[in-house]
This record gives sequence, structure tokens and C-alpha cells, in this order.
Amino acid sequence: MDLSLDETQQMLKNTAKDFFATECPETHVREMENDKDGYNKQLWEKIVNQGWLGVPFAEKYGGFGLTFLEFCILLEEAGRVLLPEPLFHAVLLGGMPINIFGNEKQKDELLPKIISGESIATLAFHEEDDSILPSSIQCQASMSTNGYTISGTKMFVPFANISDMIITIARTGDKDTDLSAFIIPSTAEGISISELSTISSDKQSVINLDNVQIPATNILGQKNKGWELVEQIFSFGAIGKSCEMLGASEKVLEGTVEYAKTRTQFGRPIGTFGEIQRHCSEMATIVEGTRFVIYEAAWKLAQNKNAKKEVSMAKSWTSDSHKKVCAISHQVHGGIGFTKEHWVQLYSRRAKAAEIAFGDGNYHREKLSKLLGF
Amino acid sequence: MRFAFTEEEDNFRDEVRKFLKSELPNNWDGVAGNNLEEGASDKEWDFALEMRKKLADKGWLTMAWPNEYGGQNASMMKQVIFAEEMTLARAPGRDGFGIRMLAPTLMIHGTEAQKTQYLPDIAKGNVQWCQGYSEPESGSDLASLQTRAVEDGDDFVINGTKVWTSSAHRADKMFILVRTNPEAPKHRGISFLLIDDMKSEGIKVNPIIDMAGRHNFNMVTFDNVRVPQKNLVGELNRGWYVGATLLDFERSGVEYSSRCMALLTELIEFAKTNKRGGKYISEDPNITKEITEIYTEINVSRGMSYKIADMQSNGEVPNKESSMSKLFGTVLEQKVADLGMQILGMYGQLGPESKHNKLKGKIEQEFLSSVSATIAAGTSEIQRGIIATRGLGLPKP
Ligand SMILES: Cc1cc2nc3c(=O)[nH]c(=O)nc-3n(C[C@H](O)[C@H](O)[C@H](O)COP(=O)(O)OP(=O)(O)OC[C@H]3O[C@@H](n4cnc5c(N)ncnc54)[C@H](O)[C@@H]3O)c2cc1C
Repeated sequence: MDLSLDETQQMLKNTAKDFFATECPETHVREMENDKDGYNKQLWEKIVNQGWLGVPFAEKYGGFGLTFLEFCILLEEAGRVLLPEPLFHAVLLGGMPINIFGNEKQKDELLPKIISGESIATLAFHEEDDSILPSSIQCQASMSTNGYTISGTKMFVPFANISDMIITIARTGDKDTDLSAFIIPSTAEGISISELSTISSDKQSVINLDNVQIPATNILGQKNKGWELVEQIFSFGAIGKSCEMLGASEKVLEGTVEYAKTRTQFGRPIGTFGEIQRHCSEMATIVEGTRFVIYEAAWKLAQNKNAKKEVSMAKSWTSDSHKKVCAISHQVHGGIGFTKEHWVQLYSRRAKAAEIAFGDGNYHREKLSKLLGF
Repeated sequence: MRFAFTEEEDNFRDEVRKFLKSELPNNWDGVAGNNLEEGASDKEWDFALEMRKKLADKGWLTMAWPNEYGGQNASMMKQVIFAEEMTLARAPGRDGFGIRMLAPTLMIHGTEAQKTQYLPDIAKGNVQWCQGYSEPESGSDLASLQTRAVEDGDDFVINGTKVWTSSAHRADKMFILVRTNPEAPKHRGISFLLIDDMKSEGIKVNPIIDMAGRHNFNMVTFDNVRVPQKNLVGELNRGWYVGATLLDFERSGVEYSSRCMALLTELIEFAKTNKRGGKYISEDPNITKEITEIYTEINVSRGMSYKIADMQSNGEVPNKESSMSKLFGTVLEQKVADLGMQILGMYGQLGPESKHNKLKGKIEQEFLSSVSATIAAGTSEIQRGIIATRGLGLPKP
């Protein structure tokens, strides 16, 4: 057992931490809440130049040749500062499906573009019935002479507004799990994208696909094997989100402890009160546990081991723990933390979106119970 | 022992229900995510004032007041029933600051002149008051407040800053705690004043936007604001004790349980009529477990409030009971909102502005607003301290 980071990982972590601390201050996060695109192109370019979009991909595509674990380390640091730029999406929802399920041609053509930032891809899974089940997919892809014709409505698609490829999960047969993934250019005729206004002020969209025509070669992975893609990518997504939440939790903990030391009431720092000490120590304990449960899953995923249980434990735990950490922080801050001006609410609003992304606590506990043979 | 209302009380409940049904718009479901039922927008506020006038006409606004002030001397239970029905219907129009806080204070501590000047307008629903207590450096430790009032001729001159002042931007008047003797021990140098006009020279009301994006509270600054000495309530430097009477009135509400019940009822209906993954949400055992737990807790919370009303009916003064009710009821508000989020799934992210939202985006607003429940009007930490020391006799730290 060795729970420490190796040299490369530590270096990556330090670099990322410093980079984000300078490049992504609170003012940037706030600015992007109201930005049309939801991200800043110059900063995105800098992130791309760090090579970070290539962390988990092979060198022949322009990547670092590292693993998912190293990418998780990056995400933790991005989560700490609530990075608005689509690092998570471009790599996890765009690059990874192509890397794992794409054929050689697709990988050769698309991965270099994704890694170099020339292209951004996202994943369109959810529909009106927002459950994570094969049966909730109603979007239809039917064979036509030149390929596929796709129609349906996709909900809650992250960063669809700036993506040029939308990996869309659609129905290709009658069985529940007869789903396939398709790479659809966002400029294709018949696509319309409208943005949702969300609790976390992020960019999620509704996508309408009205008889969108794509060539047969745009299928990603095998026909009717789309559910496998969803399951795998959702596992990575669940852990990636958890890492972001971990970084965020750490920041919330630090900021709250700091406040408890400096805010005085009754002539002394509120941190001297047993109630506040209890709050802070509970937060610290939760965060400590979170780190372990997440990185165990991340490591297993990176090693291509069966991580199903670990993923569900990690996401159910973190969905709840991060919410709890934010709630305690609000409690310690009193009135000031309830204002729009204060930093805590930036974290607690995003905690909600992260909690439900890729399955909430209940979803993963149910999954775990099945894995335990119930 | 008798766990039932009298016939008269039941009839009164019916009467209130009928009135609300006829006065509220069809399918009225309240103002989303707002502990002040009045709401944040101008339109919501105007409607609240309209309702307030009607409640005043009915005599309900002042039903708790003694007859000599035009009230009905209504029983505690009747008051509870009224509060319960108003909150269950999410009806705006009650007046926390004027009717429930300031008026009782004036009845106990006010001069005859103050009573005749202020009470009738409050009773008619003609005036909006706000509460100027908290300051940036004095929240839980309210008695450390620094806003200064200095006697100058017939006036006091006020300088300082109040914060979190709910509805200050709507208010005509403010009751305020100020420091009048900086030398005395902190509780003994405070006075309770009435500010007759929020538009007075030197008062500036600065909006504070809350994390749900709403404008409900404010920062209010005072720059040499003059208030006549006749607006002092109670004795000079005894304001802490005058103000403390008022806080005892504030903490005896049944609103926690009825507010939760209003939302839970809506959530149950939603869960029974909406499907996820091919099944009604109400068939999800995780959800039913939470719903039944919260349903039970709402009943527990209501029981705590009834107990307080029962004590007050018997002339006893609730103390730790009020703190327990607030401690328990406010956590419950957060739980119901969180349950709503679970029931709505991905749609919980969508607020009132989104055309794809469910339940009009109310849950998102409730979720965000409920954060303040355990902070406003005395934090949970402070309530626990009161229960432990004043209630259970444990030594103070
Ligand atoms: C929505 C809302 C509306 C409000 N409306 C009004 C209004 O109209 N008028 C008005 O005057 N005020 C109003 N307030 C202010 C409210 O009363 C204060 O926010 C509250 O008293 C807490 O004070 P604070 O915010 O300064 O927090 P602090 O007192 O700084 O508390 C910070 C933390 O320290 C803890 N703490 C402090 N002292 C102790 C102790 N001795 N032991 C243990 N823990 C302690 C607190 O519990 C909290 O967790 C409102 C607040 C909110 C959120």
C-alpha cells in the first residue's frame, strides 16, 4: 500500500495548483457565470498549451501517455477553484469515449484535434426522463441510404454551446439496450441548441435533433453497444466529478477554518466555541475520508481493474459529503455566507449540480446494493 | 389530555380556509423560496399589501391583541390555527415586524402617546416596519452593537451601520437598537428607538442580493440621522431588555411545520403523478422512506409548536421550548427542500426562469433560500446554547 503521489503526479499537482491559483481567481469564476460562452478563450488556450487535455491519452495522438489517475489529480485542482473552462468535458466526455470506443481512423483523426483544443466534443445522454437507464433513451437513429437519420431531444448536455462534436446516444433497435453512440457535428442541419439556466450557472443545453443526417462512419463503437459506452464513461465521469468535489471541499474547509479564526463574536474568535470546533472538525474528517474513497476508485479505473463497487461508493459518498461540507460552511459563516457576494455560495450551488451528475447518492447506493448481490 | 381542537376552533379554521380560497388567485402556490411570504418582486409585494388590508378588515391581523387596542384577545390556539392556515396556503399579508414584534413591545413598554401614534396604523395594515438590530460586527453577539445614538437637544443623532435588514427597502419605519452609553456594560448601554421615516436625511438603504438571487435584505447606513427623543421606547439604556421582550414573541411560531407541510404535500403529489425510468417516483423506496420520515418529523415539529401555544395559554413563558421548536423546524425546512431536489432529479437544477423547469422552479429557490433558515433570527448554535444553559441548567462555557 502506498497512498502517496509519485514524482510526476506531485509535479502535475503542484503545477496545476499554482496555475489555477493565478489564472482562475474568484473574479473569473463570477465573470464566466454571466458569459455567453461560459469560458474564456485565452485561458482555455493556456490550459491547452499546458498539454493537459492530453494527460490520459497516448503520445502518438499528442497526449502525455499518462492515465486517468493523473487526470483526476488535475480535476481535483480545477475543482478547488471551480474552473469554468471545459477541461472536464473536453477530456472525459469528448476524448475518452473516442479513445476507448473509436476505431483507429477516428482516433487518428479526432484525438489530436481534441488534445490540441482545435475541437471540443461533449456527450449527449440525458433526455426528458432524466434517469440513467437505457429505457429513458427515446432519441431514434434509423439507417438510411447514406448513413443514419437521427431525431429526438437531448437534455442537460454540458457545454453543447461551444462543442463542435456532440457524441449522441440514440436508439438503434427494439431491445432496451439497443443503443448506439454517434459523433454528430454540431453544425449539422436539423440541430438546434438552446441553453438552460441552472442553479450552478454552468452551461447545459437542450438539443433538438430533427432528422439529422450523418454518414454511417460516424457511429462510435459497435452498433447496439452504446450502453457499454455510457456505463464506462459515466464511471469515469462519476469519479472525475468526485475529484472536482474533493478539491472544492478542501477549499471550502480551508476557507471556513480561516473564517472561524478571524470572525469574532462575544470578544473572541468564533473558532473558540465548541459548536464551531465541532463543525470544522467534522468537515475535516469528512474531507479526509472523501480523498481516500475517491482515489481508490480512480486508481482502479486507471489500472483497468473492475471498479464498479468503488465507483458507486465514491460517488454516493462524495455526492453527500460535499453537500454536507458546504452546508456546514454556510452554518459557520452565518448571514454573510448567504449573500451572492460571498464565495461559499459559488461552491454550494455547484455542489448541487455535481451531486446529481452521473448519478446521485441514491442512484449509486442502489447500484452498489445490486453489486453486493441484493 | 385532548389531542383535538374545539368545535369553535375547527369552525374558525374553516372560515380562514374559505376566506383564503376566495381571496387567493386560482392555483395559488405562493412565492417560491421565500421565508417572508411577501416575496421579492414589486408585484408580489403589492399583492401582499393588498392581502394585509383584507386581513386587517377581517380583524385577523390583530386578533392576538388585547381588546383595549382593538384586538380580539384571541386564544393562543386560534392564533396558531390562523398562522398555520396562512402558511399552509402560502398566503402573504401577515406582518411579522409590526403586528408580531413591535406592537407587543409598545403595549408593554410604550408611552400612551406612542401607543396612540403607532398601534392604529399597524392594526390597519397601513405601515411597514423593519428591524434594525444586526450589525456587521454584531450578529449572534447582538449586545455588542456599535451604532451610536447621541442626545442632542430634543433629538438623538444616529451614526452607524445595520445589516441583513429584511424589507428595509419596502419599509416606512424602523425599530432600532442603538448604543447610548458606550461606558456601561454592553447590555446596559443600549436603547430602543423608533425611526418614523426611512426616507429621513442620512439614511441609506443598500440592497444585498442573497444567494438565491433575491433582494430581501439590505445594509442600512446612518449618517447623522435625527430622531426625536419622544421616540425612545422604554427607559434610556434599557433597550436590550425592551428588545428582548420582542424576541420572545418572534420565537413561538408554528410556521416551520406548516411551511414544510405545504411543500411536502406538493412533492407527494408530484411523486405520485410523475414517472422516472418508467415508474412513478413514489414507487422509489428511497423517496418513500424520506417522505414518511419527513412527514413524521413535521408532525413532531407541529407538536412542539402546539406545546408552546398550550403553555402560553396557561400563562407560562416558553423558553427552551421556543428554541427547540426553531432548532428542529428550521432543519426540517432544509430537509424538505433537499428532498424536493432528490425528487426532481436533474430538473432540480432549473429555477423559475427556465422554461423546462418542474414545479415552476420553486424547489431550486427553496433549496437555496433554506440555507438561511438555521441562521436568521438566532442561529442553531445559539439555540442549542439556550436549550443547554437556560433550558437544562448546564453551566455556561
Ligand atoms: C435571511 C436573513 C434575514 C435576516 N433579517 C434580519 C432583520 O430583519 N433584522 C436584523 O436585525 N437581522 C436580521 N438577520 C440577521 C441575523 O439575525 C444574523 O444573521 C444572526 O443573528 C447571526 O449573526 P451573524 O450573521 O453575524 O453570524 P455570527 O454571529 O458571526 O455567527 C457566525 C457563526 O458563529 C456561531 N456563533 C456565534 N456566537 C456563538 C456562540 N456564542 N456559541 C456558539 N456559536 C456561536 C454562529 O452560530 C455561526 O455559526 C437576518 C439574517 C438572515 C440570514
